[in-house]
Parts: sequence; structure tokens; C-alpha cells
Amino acid sequence: MFTAGIDVGAKAIKVVVLKDGAVAVRRLGLTGFEPRESTLKVFEQALREAGISRKELAFVVATGGGRKEVDFADGEITEVGGAAKGSVFCFPTAKTVIDVGAEEGRGIRCDSAGKVVDFEINEKCAAGAGAFTEAMSRALEMPIEEFGALSLKSTQAIPMNAQCAVFAESEVVSLIHAKTPKADIARAVHDAVASRIVSMVRKVGVEKDVVLIGGVARNVGFIDAMNRSLGFDVIVADDPEYIGALGAALVAHESVSHGRKS
Amino acid sequence: MTAEYWRWKEYNWRDEAIEWRNGGVVSAGVDVGSVSSQAVIMVDGKLYAYSNMRTGSDSPVSAQKAIDWAMEGTGLGLKDIHFIVGTGYGRVNVPFAHKSITEIACHARGGNFMYGPRVRTILDMGGQDCKAIHCDERGKVTAFLMNDKCAAGTGRGMEVFADLLQVPIEEVGDLSLSVGEEPEPVSSTCVIFAKSEAASLLRKGWEKNTVLAAYCSAMAHRVATLLERLGVQKEFAITGGIAKNRGVVKRLLDELKVESLTTTYDQQIAGALGAALFAKALHEKSKAN
Repeated sequence: MFTAGIDVGAKAIKVVVLKDGAVAVRRLGLTGFEPRESTLKVFEQALREAGISRKELAFVVATGGGRKEVDFADGEITEVGGAAKGSVFCFPTAKTVIDVGAEEGRGIRCDSAGKVVDFEINEKCAAGAGAFTEAMSRALEMPIEEFGALSLKSTQAIPMNAQCAVFAESEVVSLIHAKTPKADIARAVHDAVASRIVSMVRKVGVEKDVVLIGGVARNVGFIDAMNRSLGFDVIVADDPEYIGALGAALVAHESVSHGRKS
Repeated sequence: MTAEYWRWKEYNWRDEAIEWRNGGVVSAGVDVGSVSSQAVIMVDGKLYAYSNMRTGSDSPVSAQKAIDWAMEGTGLGLKDIHFIVGTGYGRVNVPFAHKSITEIACHARGGNFMYGPRVRTILDMGGQDCKAIHCDERGKVTAFLMNDKCAAGTGRGMEVFADLLQVPIEEVGDLSLSVGEEPEPVSSTCVIFAKSEAASLLRKGWEKNTVLAAYCSAMAHRVATLLERLGVQKEFAITGGIAKNRGVVKRLLDELKVESLTTTYDQQIAGALGAALFAKALHEKSKAN
């Protein structure tokens, strides 16, 4: 039996197809300006890769900020619900999930069944999301992957005064003019985002194990900054950007299996 | 080279009718803001000359350039100015100033001079901050609220939009008022997110003026929220660069259901003007002792 989860994020669309509750196919595509069309495209690619037709999917669950765009879904769950479900499936000991995407950050406390106990979200301000680091890497004219890796080479912590991404961009430019080593600027940027995210997560309480998910968890500089800010190492999911879609696919799978049992 | 739509015109001005050599007290105020810098020179408490320019990466250099440009053609030298007060974000970086005073105090004092003693609430919409100030009939601050953490509701945010839509910043306000029907405001508060939102509105086929209208009204709403937290006591007046953006000002006044006082002075020099007034008072006080 096949089920699918579709996560329509601000920047990327993620599709996970499960066969009997185990991951069969994963697919990612950019959201762009036409989320509906993009979603359909990524979804069809995933189906093709799985070698199945739409009819063979027993249940489709949508999640993510753009989940309303998935008009063909059989059900939907919130981003927070998807993140918790997917994280606990991968890491049964997870108690706290930190999900950082392009335009939002979430701190989630969950139980051993992957149910959400409490959560905090920032989706209002780029300073606590991937958009912040991306804007700064653009100011340094550097791909984000390089920017993250570069921060690991920093030899000193320098302060960033600006909170706002727009103001921080000017600050980064002045730091470049002042001949500050780029590695130190990169570290300061990642430290700034991490400290904002950690203070948000502390509102729901930090209980180990702590799992880091979302596309920004690919950034090694950010992981390093999070570990520093929390004072211990977080568990980073493999392919962290797919965890929300995985959670949705698991919910799809459960709703069909439960249905059959009853 | 790509055009810089955010770049507004820099200028200086002088009252030819005033001859400082005949006057008594020559005082000056230099406001080094995060985006723009102004220098104002007063002769016996009358506005004599000023400059308005973009702040460079080095505050002391910007302060010097601003005062030099204000003095241009006047025959004045720094030594002829009796007292100079520095203000603004970079006020401690005005090396030739005799004293520095906060921009809140200076804006209230300058607003009082510009709009008269009836003004009780001054909204200063600057490049990287926004201040709501209550003051008494002498221009003394009685309360204030300020946002300097977030670009939403500041001139810098508007500059980002001017660049995105490729509309010269000085034309944004009027263009935004040319829409037939007022659109829904841009829903994102964050300038970075609002930019993505605007890009997607353009993709949907919205005209530039409609997108600008949506952004001006979002900015007006953001600023109105700050003002409402402090409360608007009459009379109300607006200073700072955004005071020149009719698109934001009109929507703000409509939302608050108030009117604002008008002035023939340049609203962008309020801080430096207040500093020059403080400078005059401080000079007179030092003479009296």
C-alpha cells in the first residue's frame, strides 16, 4: 500500500512516498511563484519514480505553509504536527524538535508517539529563519553552502549588533569594508540566528534529545552555532528538509491502516 | 551599472538674506543618522544654512562633510561657529561638536521650532528607526516610544522597495496614490518577506503602483501601531525622510483619523535643527556664567 506526504514550504516543495509505511521515494523541487503548478510537478515526478499512478496512492496528506495549494490531498496537518511526527519516527527518543526553514523557525515539544505537547513559531521575522543567513551570504557574494562551511574556520567571535536582516546586511557590508575576516563574519551571522532560535525554543523548554530538522539543518555553520548556543550537540536528521513531508506521509499511512482495522 | 533607485537627491541650502557677520550667535547642529546626515547653521536662532546628505561608512567623515557643505559659500569656518551640538545615531562621532544630545530630545526641540508650540506628538520616520514622541509647549520630551530593531516602517525598508520595483524613491509616494482602488496591504511585516510577497504580486500581474500602494499602506499601518501605543495627542506632526512620502503620510493620517500640522521647513532637518537650537542655548548659558 502506497501513501504520500507533501510539504509545501516557502522555498521548496518536498514529497515523500511510503510503501507499507517505509520510505520508497523522496522528491524535492523549488516552490517558485506558482506553488500549485510546482507542487503538481514535484508530485508527478515522485509518482513516476515510484512507478505508480495517482490512483494507487491510498492516501495523501499535505503540510507546510502552502498546504492549501494541494487541492488533491485527502487530508492535511500543520507544519508543527508533521515535524513532530517525522522526527519521532526517525529518532524515537526525541523530546524537542527544532525546525528551521527558509521563512520560519519552530520549537516543538513532543511525546514519544510524536504528538505535539507545546510549540513556538516565528514566521514574522527573517532574523530567526534561513532567509537571514541567505541574505548575509548574498552580501558576501558567496553560495550558502560555502558560507556555512566558512564559519567553521572562524578564529574569533565578533558581535552582530543588528537584529533585522535588512540592517544586518548593511552591518555585514561595513564589516567587509573594515577588513574583518569573512570567516568571522560568517560565524557572527550563524551565531546571531542560532541565539534567536534558541531563545524561542527555550520558551517551550529544551528537553533532550533535541533533533534539528528543516532545510537550514543542512548548514554546517548553523549546526555548529546551535550546538554552541545550546551548550550540547543536537541530533541532526539525515535529509532534514524531508522530515515534515515524512511526518505527513506517516499520518497518511496511519489513517489508512487504522481505517482498515476498524 | 544598475540604477540605484533608493538614492535620493542630496542638497544644501542657504538664506541669502542673512549675513552672519552682522549677527550675534552662530550655532550649529549636526545629525549623523544611520542613513542620512544633516548639518544646520543658525544665526541668532534663525535658520541660516543646511545640508542633507547620505551617511558614509565613516561617521566622523560624514559629520565633517555635512558641516562643510552647509558652510559652503557662506565664508563661515568652524572657528566662527560659537557652539556645535552633535546628535543622531552617530552623535558621539562628531569630533568637532562641543556636546552631544540624544536625537529624541533634538527632534522634539526641532519639531517644536518647525511646527510651533502647539505640537504635542511628533512622529519621526527616519532611515533606520521610527520614533513617536510626546513633548510640551517648549519642545521638551515628556514620553517616547521607538523602533530601531526592525526595518519595517523605516526609510531603509522603503529604499528596498524602491530598488525592487525600480521606482526612484522620491516618486514612490505619488505613484502609490495613483491607484484607482486601494489594494489590501502587503501582509508580511518583515521587509525581507514583504519583498518576496511583492515579487509574487508582480508575477500575478499587479501594476507597480498597486504594489507600492500595498506597501505604503502596510508601512503606514506598522507606524500607526507604534503611535497608538503611545497615543496621539493633538497637535500632531511628522518629521524625517518618510514625511516627504505622501503615499505613507496620507494613509497614516487616514488610519489614525487625525490631521498633521504643515511646515515650510524641510522635515528631514528636524534633528539637526533641534541640535542647533540647543547649541544656541548652551552658548548663551556659558556666556552668562
